[in-house]
Amino acid sequence: MKVALFVTCLVDQFYAEAGVAAVRLLRSLGCTVAFPPAQTCCGQPAYNAGYWSEARQMAEHTLGVFEDADYVVLPSGSCTTMLRAFYPELYRDNPKMFARVSSLSSRSYELAEFIVRVLGITRLGQGLAGQRIAYHHGCHALRELGIKDEPIALLRGAGAEIVDWPAATECCGFGGLFSVKLPEVSLGMADRKLSTLPEIDVLTSADGGCLLHLSGRIQKRGLPLPVKPLAAVLWEATQNRKEDPHAA
Amino acid sequence: MRLRANEYPKESARVIREEPHVRESVTGATLNFDAKRRAAYAEVDSEQWRHFAEAVKNHVLMNLEHYLEQAEAALERSGVRVHWAEDAEAAQRIVAALVREKGVKRAVKAKTMLSEELDINPLLESLGVKVLETDLGEYIIQLLEQPPSHIVGPAIHLNLEQIRRLFHERFGTPLDAAPDALAAAARKLLRQGFLEADLGISGANFVVAETGTLVLIENEGNIRLSTSTPRLHVALVGIEKLLPRFSDLSVFLSLTARAATGQRLGTYVSLIQGPRRPDETDGPEEVHVVFVDNGRSSVLADDEAWETLRCVRCAACLNACPVYRQTGGHAYGYVYSGPIGAVLSPGLVGLENTKPLPYASSLCGACFQACPVRIPIPKLLLTWRHRAVEEGLTPRFERTALKGYALAMTQPWAYRLASKALRLLPKKALDNTVVPVLKAWVEGRAGLQPSPRSFRELWEEGID
Ligand code: SF4
Repeated sequence: MKVALFVTCLVDQFYAEAGVAAVRLLRSLGCTVAFPPAQTCCGQPAYNAGYWSEARQMAEHTLGVFEDADYVVLPSGSCTTMLRAFYPELYRDNPKMFARVSSLSSRSYELAEFIVRVLGITRLGQGLAGQRIAYHHGCHALRELGIKDEPIALLRGAGAEIVDWPAATECCGFGGLFSVKLPEVSLGMADRKLSTLPEIDVLTSADGGCLLHLSGRIQKRGLPLPVKPLAAVLWEATQNRKEDPHAA
Repeated sequence: MRLRANEYPKESARVIREEPHVRESVTGATLNFDAKRRAAYAEVDSEQWRHFAEAVKNHVLMNLEHYLEQAEAALERSGVRVHWAEDAEAAQRIVAALVREKGVKRAVKAKTMLSEELDINPLLESLGVKVLETDLGEYIIQLLEQPPSHIVGPAIHLNLEQIRRLFHERFGTPLDAAPDALAAAARKLLRQGFLEADLGISGANFVVAETGTLVLIENEGNIRLSTSTPRLHVALVGIEKLLPRFSDLSVFLSLTARAATGQRLGTYVSLIQGPRRPDETDGPEEVHVVFVDNGRSSVLADDEAWETLRCVRCAACLNACPVYRQTGGHAYGYVYSGPIGAVLSPGLVGLENTKPLPYASSLCGACFQACPVRIPIPKLLLTWRHRAVEEGLTPRFERTALKGYALAMTQPWAYRLASKALRLLPKKALDNTVVPVLKAWVEGRAGLQPSPRSFRELWEEGID
């Protein structure tokens, strides 16, 4: 299966190793991975701030970069939502562009979603056996796209224990520019979310923005909470595949 | 009408820093309401109910004039006097005329947000009328001279200690009085108020156009008393509150109670069908309904914002909102707070007067999931933000920054250059407390740490 990786600007700059893990993971599952070098940012910061003509410029750029791809895979729930839900929204008065972005939407997937829904794989290996993992559901992937069970299935399938965390689906307070426009509120949200965590080995999420915000807060407060992007954790999951008789 | 809605960022930061108990009280109460709401939704096919409620409300809004006429005729058939108020002043004039004409001295009020919007209490006081709020929460904040901080639980921002102290000072209850004892003390006072009042003021959850029925949902019984004991009952009703048929109540009564408090039905549901009849012993001599526009028809004419008029004021969106939980309602600076306030207030009082409200959200979408009439609040927040940009209401530096950003992100070479620059910067540069955006980031979080090499560089070197 041929996939084009949209690594997203945030992963490119701040979680490069998660991008690498995504490539290794996809290859290990039999995909040919391309990285179209002209890709930049999906435009979500501009869209969320209300700068829709700027967001459209970025959408058109991204469309040009990925228009020919069979599948576009993103290691980010929020950027996937931008392509899938908000690009069509940006062109609701422009039928021609609407058709083009809708076609891109239908071929774009968040990484875990792609593995489960398109590749049909839920068993990556047993590399997470015994780990207590907290999964933070990014709001966009969860509420706009309904991605909830896929990442959990992959983590569980690799032997992880997903801890019972009632606040797992609550917003962490990142919200893009929200985190700097209303820093006190944003930090209060992070603190509340973190304060409800049970004991864990790792906190993970498909959303780099949320992790940047949460780990920044964790470091600042000196909390002993390891944070890792989902792509890196999923790659780890494959690491002792031979020992797993049920491996895909 | 209190209007400080342009100070949301300052006010929210102040509440968080100076009144930490607000966060504690509001978080506790809203999580509790929200959990109850979820459980109550789970008992029924709530998705289908929500779609039905949305469709009924849309139908009413699309045919509002027709249903208003039908409601007026039906109300008058049952002996209710109907008045029309285009704005707050008109509503005040109508109430003032009734007060003078009927010689009103004392009024009891059954919790109504619309009366807050119309500033009815100050009006009544200026006319020499003694006003008593009869909802326990409303009564408490009336004593403190505060506006409500939540649509359903107006005193949600206070903790038990504060209320104990207040009651101790005012009524001499012991400082460790149990909540029941506090309620009993209030009840005694309120009871006297009901008996002495000659005017009862209420809102309405719904008005059924077909039958001219005023519908009021509550738990304390104070609404029933306020609307039946005094000789005069005035209901202030937003023009969007109509339901077409009596049978629509079957879903709306239960859905509203489930959304608001997780109950299957409110403890008291009053269906008011006019004043006391000659053969009846209870009820007011006169019932007046004041239909209030106050900005609603211009919201209705708005291609996007009209959806806010479906709101049944259940506050489910406030209870679900993690932003609201941090600050409570006062920070929003206008009668309606929380997610619905952030999208309704710009429509009612103008975006220029409420500029920061559409930004008072992380766009998490929990409000939309909770809303019984499916108001697309996140989408509307974005719409208002977009309009702020279009109308030149956003700061100049932001406009310039976003233009530059879009330019860089559509030129791969510029993106590369920026990526290089990010890594060449001295590490300290990102811990900067001079650049406002970085300052806002690092004050509460560790500085940003770019990966030593970007993914792009690693890819170009080859990934094995
Ligand atoms: S917007 Fe929806 S959830 Fe919020 S108060 Fe109105 S009806 Fe209730």
